Amino acid sequence: PQASNVHALMSEHTVPLPFPMSHGTTTLAFLFQGGVLAAADTRSSCSGLVACPASQKIRPIHSHLVGTTSGTSADCALWKRILSRELRLYQLRHGRRLSTSGAGGGASADLGGTSGGLQKASPSSSGPGLWYVCSDGTRLRGSLFSVGSGSPYAYSILDQGVRWGLTVEEATSVAREAVYRAAHRDAWSGNCVDVYHVTSKGWTRRKREDLKEEYYREKGRQGR
Amino acid sequence: MLSSNAFVDPGKMKDYHYTGPVEHRFSPYSFNGGTVLAVAGEDFAIVASDTRLSEGYSIHSRDSPKCYKLTDTTVIGCSGFHGDCLTLTKIIDARLKMYKHSNNKTMTSGAIAAMLSTILYGRRFFPYYVYNIIGGLDEHGKGAVYSFDPVGSYQRDTYKAGGSASAMLQPLLDNQIGFKNMEGVQHVPLTQDKAVQLVKDVFISAAERDVYTGDALRVCIITKEGISEQTVPLRKD
Repeated sequence: PQASNVHALMSEHTVPLPFPMSHGTTTLAFLFQGGVLAAADTRSSCSGLVACPASQKIRPIHSHLVGTTSGTSADCALWKRILSRELRLYQLRHGRRLSTSGAGGGASADLGGTSGGLQKASPSSSGPGLWYVCSDGTRLRGSLFSVGSGSPYAYSILDQGVRWGLTVEEATSVAREAVYRAAHRDAWSGNCVDVYHVTSKGWTRRKREDLKEEYYREKGRQGR
Repeated sequence: MLSSNAFVDPGKMKDYHYTGPVEHRFSPYSFNGGTVLAVAGEDFAIVASDTRLSEGYSIHSRDSPKCYKLTDTTVIGCSGFHGDCLTLTKIIDARLKMYKHSNNKTMTSGAIAAMLSTILYGRRFFPYYVYNIIGGLDEHGKGAVYSFDPVGSYQRDTYKAGGSASAMLQPLLDNQIGFKNMEGVQHVPLTQDKAVQLVKDVFISAAERDVYTGDALRVCIITKEGISEQTVPLRKD
């Protein structure tokens, strides 16, 4: 019912809202020899208030596909549900999983008037894939993306540290460091960091780590 | 990821200070204040709200609680725009009945939370201006709290404050129930009596500092025996 008015709705609400929506984040994902690595912070802010310090910005869509979210959390939660449903239906109808590029296409067609960026990371029959999907319809395939208010800070760490030949430990360390630096400098990112590693065997999740500890550890290392 | 901040434009307050010529659009929303709080324990859940209904500088009612009983094991607290709170609770009640008649069983807390998320998102482009918190027992008898933002983003928590004084109460709950931001403290599990006392103390503090919170406090305690209610007076100024 909103399709005809999509352009008006994308820029503003027809009814002025009395409350702000929650967004602000740092998420990143990149390809390397060991598969795909995705990392994100866990702070959900709402113009100055930390609405939730322990939100989950990387949600598994199925055993081999993981999506990061940034933007309005309600929109992202809805996307994931629709995407999971469509992928599952495809799997049941065709007997095989949809490739990442197909999943990306499906996702962008469903959006309208929402805000958010989504990265989908998975290994498919053609190898690992990483797609950046945005609510305005942008769909980009790439090997390294960072989305959110903290992305400039994350990019600086990733551009310096990401190579194809990284081991899993090194890649995890770079991803974690990127989120940590972004969380330190960006007001709307912070709290903890989640790291997911996706391979052809499925995704694995590293235990959520509180970045406050890391800050004090680094201070200790520098001997201040 | 939730937005639980009360937006800073409560209705007619701007009219009292002249800021220059300004275009007045009809706003379908109004802010009626109120604070809601829910805590989940091992085998109990508490949902509490103040009972003041305000608008701008006026108080409409001193006895308008914001907790609504949904089932024998679930209570919802709604604060924000009272008109939307009433309609939303009516819709939830109707959907609960429909579910009961179709499926021959009562909806569980988790199912109600998921349903509320879709109801709220259904109005994504003209949202219900309501901050919801659901408190109840899950299928295993453990306490559960689900907190929402006005457009349906939700997650399960151990404790959550919503409404006008939420920004003041949430850090206090983080410290007292979550033992956050303290070093070297023993994490004792929360007993029901301690939780009820904490909720009362926390609302007394909220009434001191938030103008929209006060008059009385309604506490609903949900256990497997049922739902018991207590009313505690708060500051009336």
